[in-house]
Amino acid sequence: MTTTAIDRRRPPLGGFSTANLIMEIRRVLRNRRTLVFTLIMPAVFFLLFGLPNKGQLLDNGAQVTAYIMISLAVYGAMVATTSGGGMVAVERAQGWSRQIRLTPLRPAAYVATKVLTAMALGLLAVLVEFVVGAASGVRMPAHVWLLAGLAAWLGSLVFAAFGLFVGYLAPAENVMQFLGPILAILAMFGGLFVPLEVLPHVMQEIARFTPVYGVGELARAPLTGDGVSAGAVLNLVLWTVAFGFGASRLFRRDTTRV
Amino acid sequence: MQTRTPAVELTGLTKRYGAVTAVDGLSLRIEPGEVVAFLGPNGAGKTTTVDMLLGLARPTAGTVRVFGQAPTDAVAYGRVAAVMQTGGLLKDMTVAETVQMTANFYPHSRPVAEVLDRAGITDIAGRRVGKCSGGQQQRLRFAMALLPDPDLMVLDEPTTGMDVEGRRDFWTAIRRDARDGRTVLFATHYLEEADAYADRIVLIRQGRIVADGTTAQVKNLASGRQVRATLPGADQVVLAGLPGVESVEVRGDTVLVQAGDSDVVARYLLTQTAARDLEITARNLEDAFLALTTDAGTAGADAGNTTGNHTTTGTGTTAGAVSDGLQGSLR
Repeated sequence: MTTTAIDRRRPPLGGFSTANLIMEIRRVLRNRRTLVFTLIMPAVFFLLFGLPNKGQLLDNGAQVTAYIMISLAVYGAMVATTSGGGMVAVERAQGWSRQIRLTPLRPAAYVATKVLTAMALGLLAVLVEFVVGAASGVRMPAHVWLLAGLAAWLGSLVFAAFGLFVGYLAPAENVMQFLGPILAILAMFGGLFVPLEVLPHVMQEIARFTPVYGVGELARAPLTGDGVSAGAVLNLVLWTVAFGFGASRLFRRDTTRV
Repeated sequence: MQTRTPAVELTGLTKRYGAVTAVDGLSLRIEPGEVVAFLGPNGAGKTTTVDMLLGLARPTAGTVRVFGQAPTDAVAYGRVAAVMQTGGLLKDMTVAETVQMTANFYPHSRPVAEVLDRAGITDIAGRRVGKCSGGQQQRLRFAMALLPDPDLMVLDEPTTGMDVEGRRDFWTAIRRDARDGRTVLFATHYLEEADAYADRIVLIRQGRIVADGTTAQVKNLASGRQVRATLPGADQVVLAGLPGVESVEVRGDTVLVQAGDSDVVARYLLTQTAARDLEITARNLEDAFLALTTDAGTAGADAGNTTGNHTTTGTGTTAGAVSDGLQGSLR
């Protein structure tokens, strides 16, 4: 047998590579459907439903448009990270997750790439919403831009986990088609479309236990000055842990040899 | 030879799904450099065996070693690569992107341009995978499998669903690649592919090996060759007494001898008798295949690792697969 020119080693980091992370992000960005739902739609919502409130102020003197902009940034980020995590559904349906088991890529490296891709798209969604807001006259102190942006972005990790969970639950190519309406309902319960105070009391009580509530409250806290409630933090942490745990259980079932 | 680590070593490999036994105590040793066809009708257990060989499925019993390693390690070190039947490609990526992404999974791989060229898909590098034909997708899978420059290439029914031209193009690409020393194992239910591209055929039925040998040996296994000659007054008793002769038939001046070893018969006829117009015809692989995978023909136990199996079910499937496979190049 001829000696091979190939150096036989296991790849470092289980096959994770920034080259592939960049490829994945580029891949997501050329998906027109994803762009429409994560970047364009939240921006259009702002122009349609946010701008008419121009000039109105919250109790603490902050702009109502700023409040709406942050809410919609959270919405954009949650749709972005859900669809990023949900990509595993498409890739499982197409047999890619089986294909990569014939390569040195470790499943954990695959999931890490998906989460980072989802978070990159989530960051972009927040940035686009903020740029549209700023261009339309939203003004906030620098630290509020930064803290609200970080909270909206990092908080959307809960939906990257949610997307993965659903992705491992249902290997369907059209996963986002049934997730879209679910996300819209969750966003409403999270007070992203209208302030929770205008909802009936019962719904307000229910809303506190839904997964968008925590990230919404945290992202708007720097603007409203209401302070960070323990309930909101607990909500975000528990939902992230719950989805993350569910996703990892399903993931393990998926990658176990039968 | 004996001291080398075998490319593949399956020992008592068994896979059960509930009450169904897909692979039934299969043992097989493949030496480095062999080109082996895993031939059998649909449902014979070929894909299940391949899955266990690649670490995609866990055996119920028995062991798998690939170059002395566990399958998952052999995969991780890039010693084995595979071309699977269907799926496994992302439709929104281009051909070149798919290969590049896969190349990035390996610490070292062959250059993307090189494997595209060897698989014969350089001209469609920029095409979306979803727009590629079945044959093109299969050559893409082949290009991906070439990346680690594997010592063992496994192909699971690689030409299923392709038209005749697609099959020919695919095998042309495989043959063009044939690196010295690369071990190739391909599962197929196309006899002509096994016949044309393998040095060794392992015939499998109902999860067991029914025959194992060179193409010629497997052909011989079924009913050997037929020797036909013109010989007035042939002595049937003497002919029947020659080694390896299975039957002798006289029709007027013509004698027909079925024999495992046709050389002995021919030599005898030409040197010891007045026989003329001698003609030797091999049973083609189709006959062997049919004989071995159906009830009638498991008698020949003298070649390779034959393990006779006398179950009759599955005959219909076998015949179907055979006629499937024959539309193309056998006749």
